[in-house]
Amino acid sequence: MLHEPSARSSSDPAAGYKMRLGVWMFIPYAVVYAGFVLINLVKPVVMETTVIFGLNLAVAYGFGLIILALVMALIYNQFCVWKEHAVYRSRPSKEKE
Amino acid sequence: MEPLAVVTFIVFVALVLGLSFYFARRARSSAGYYAAGGRIHWSVNGVAFAGDYLSAASFLGICGMIATAGYDGFLYSIGYLAGWVVALFVVAEPMKRLGKYTFTDALDARFNSRGIQLAAAISTLVVSIFYLIPQMVGAGVLVTPLLGLPHHVGVILVGAIVITIVATAGMTSTTYVQFIKGGMLIVFSVILVIAVLTRGLSTNPDPGEGVPFRAPAVLSMSEEPGGAVLSDSAYAFAGRAESHGNTFVKLTRDGTVSWWFQRTAGADQAELVEAQYTAVTAGGERIVNGAPASSENTLRPVGNIQSLQGRQDSEVRTGPVGPFSFLSRIGDPQTRINLWKKEKFEDGRDQVTVFYPIPVEGNRVLRPGLKFKVDGSTTEKINFASLMLALFLGTASLPHILIRYYTVPSPEAARKSTIVAIAAIGFFYILTLYMGLGAMTGGVVNLLDDNMSAPLLARSFGTLLFAVISAIAFATVLGTVSGLIVAASGAVAHDFLDRFLGRGYTDHQKVAAGRIAAFSVGLVAIVLGILFKGMNVSFLVGWAFSVAASANLPAVVMLLFWKKTTSQGIVASIAMGTISALLIILLSPDMYERYGLDKASAPIPFGNPAIISVPISFLTLVLVSLLTRNQGNRNRPA
Repeated sequence: MLHEPSARSSSDPAAGYKMRLGVWMFIPYAVVYAGFVLINLVKPVVMETTVIFGLNLAVAYGFGLIILALVMALIYNQFCVWKEHAVYRSRPSKEKE
Repeated sequence: MEPLAVVTFIVFVALVLGLSFYFARRARSSAGYYAAGGRIHWSVNGVAFAGDYLSAASFLGICGMIATAGYDGFLYSIGYLAGWVVALFVVAEPMKRLGKYTFTDALDARFNSRGIQLAAAISTLVVSIFYLIPQMVGAGVLVTPLLGLPHHVGVILVGAIVITIVATAGMTSTTYVQFIKGGMLIVFSVILVIAVLTRGLSTNPDPGEGVPFRAPAVLSMSEEPGGAVLSDSAYAFAGRAESHGNTFVKLTRDGTVSWWFQRTAGADQAELVEAQYTAVTAGGERIVNGAPASSENTLRPVGNIQSLQGRQDSEVRTGPVGPFSFLSRIGDPQTRINLWKKEKFEDGRDQVTVFYPIPVEGNRVLRPGLKFKVDGSTTEKINFASLMLALFLGTASLPHILIRYYTVPSPEAARKSTIVAIAAIGFFYILTLYMGLGAMTGGVVNLLDDNMSAPLLARSFGTLLFAVISAIAFATVLGTVSGLIVAASGAVAHDFLDRFLGRGYTDHQKVAAGRIAAFSVGLVAIVLGILFKGMNVSFLVGWAFSVAASANLPAVVMLLFWKKTTSQGIVASIAMGTISALLIILLSPDMYERYGLDKASAPIPFGNPAIISVPISFLTLVLVSLLTRNQGNRNRPA
C-alpha cells in the first residue's frame, strides 16, 4: 500500500481541464518574463526610463511580474473552482469529496 | 553581546523547540513524519510554504545583495517569485495526484522503476544539500553580531537544534513552525520598511548604536619635484600600489598607516579617497585600518548617499517619504551612492585587502548591471540569462517545496495553498527592495559579509527591532533547514532504503531510518556551512536552483506532458542534469576562488549552469526515451 501514489483524488474529472488551462496560462507569463530578460540583454539602458509614479522600467517591470503572478494565480483558481463545481454537480454523489 | 538580543533569541528558540515537541506527539506514523498525515489546512500550508521558501537566502541574501549591488539582488526576488507560476500552473496539482510522500514517489508512480527510485533519491539529496549550505552560512553570520559567537558556533548551533527538531517531530511540527515564522517574518519586515520610509533618505545616515557615521575622507595630492604633497599636511606619503589598473596610495599619520584610492589623476594632481583595509603581516598578525584586529577594531560599516538628486550638502535630509518617492529619489540620475569594491595586493611582505568607495549614479543602481554585467561580454550576458532561467524553473523542482504538496488533503488544497504562498511571498519580495536599499543608504553594510545587511539595518532603529528581526531570521534558518532535512532524510530512508533496496521496513523502522538519515544529513550540512563562510547566501541558493531545475524539472514536465517518456529516459535525464550542473558549478570562476585559485584560470567562464544543463537534461530524456520506447516501460497517461 505504501508504494501506491496518494491518488485517492486521481478520479478528479476536472484534472484534464485544469492541466490544459495551467499550460495556457503559463505561456503568456513565460513570455512576459522572457521579455524582461531580453530587454536586459539587448538594451539594458531602456530599463532606466521612467514609466510610472517616478519609477523606472526595471522597478515597474519587476513589481509588475510579481503582481501579475498573483493576479493570474487568482484567475486560474477561479476558473478551476467553476470547473470543479460544474463537474461535481454533473457526477454521481459517490465521487464528490 | 546585548542582553535584550540574547533573551529575545532564547525565547524564540525555546518557542520553536516547544512547538516541535508538542506536535511530535502526533507524528507516530511514517505518514505523519513525512507528510504531516496529509491533514494540514491549505491556508496554513500556504503560509508555511512562504515560511519554507523565505529562507535565509531571501531575507539575508537578497537584502544583502541589493545593499551592495543594487537592483541585481532584486533579480533574485523576481525570479524566485516567477518560479511559483511554473509550480502553480504546471506542477502543483499533477504532483499531488501522483505522489504520496516524496518527489520520487510522484516521478515513479507510473513506472515502479528501481532506477528512478535511485536517481530521484540522489538528486533530492544533492539539491537539498546545495540548498542547506546557504542556510547554514546564514546561521553562522547571524550569531556573530547577535550573540558575539564565532561563525562556526552558529552553524553548529543551528545544526544541533534542527537535528533535534526533525529527529523528534517531522513534517507536522516543521509546518507549524514555518507557518508562525513565515507570518512573523512578513509582519516585522513591514515594520522595518515603514521605519525606513519614515526616516527617509539622508547623506549623513545614522547606523545606530550611538556611533556616528563616518563618510570616506577626501584629500588632494600633487606631485612636486620634492615628492608628493597632500592637502592635509598631517598625512605623509608612504608608498603606492597598483592592482588591476587601480592605484592605491599608502599614507601615514602619527605612525598609523592608511590606504587611499586614487580616484582622478590630472596632469600633476590626484584626488585620494579614504579606503579601509585589512592586512596580514609576514608574522601572521592581522591589521585592520592601521591597528591590530580585535573585537573593538573591525572594519567600519559603510553605505551612504554621496549626493541626493544633485544636492551634495553634508547633511541633506528628506524626512518621511512615500514608497514610490523613496525609489524615484534613489534612482535619480543626479543621485550618487557610494558602493564599495575590493582589491587584493601585496605591499612588501604584507597581504593587503583594500575596500574603496565608488560613487554610482542612482539610475545605474536601480537597474541590472552592477553584479550581473548585462552591458558586458557575451559570456556575462549568458551568465545573466542562465541565472534567470534557473530561478524561473528551479522553484517547481525543489524537493522541500514539492513535499509540501503532500501535507494537504487534496489537489485543490495544493492549488489554493500555492496561491496563498504567491501572495505572501510576492509581498515580501517587494519589501526586500526597500530593506536592501535602506541598508545600502543607511551606513550599516558590513564590508566582509553582506548577508547581515537587513538585521543590521534593523539595529539602526534600536536593539529591540534588531533582536526580534535577528531571532526571526534565525528561526527562518531553523525552519528551512528542518524542511530540507525532512526532504533529504525522506530521500534516503523512504526512497532509497525502503523502496530501492526493498528492505520492507515496518512503519516504526521507517521513522527511525528517517531520523538517522536526518542526523547524518545535518552533520554534512554543518561541515559545508563552515566551509562556505562569507559567500552571499542568495548566490549559493541560485546554484541550488540550477541543480534542481537541471535534475528534476525536465523529468517532471515530460512525465506530465509527453506520453513517450520512459523510465530509462527519466533516469538518464536526472543523472545528466545533475552531473552537468554540478560540473559547471565546480569548474566555475566562483568555485575556483573558493579553492584559493585564480578566478581567471577557471575552465568554464560563467557560474550559472542552467542554460546549458537544462537543455542537456531535456535532450537526454527525449533521446533515451525514443531509444528505449519498445522496452515496455512507457508512460501511461493519467
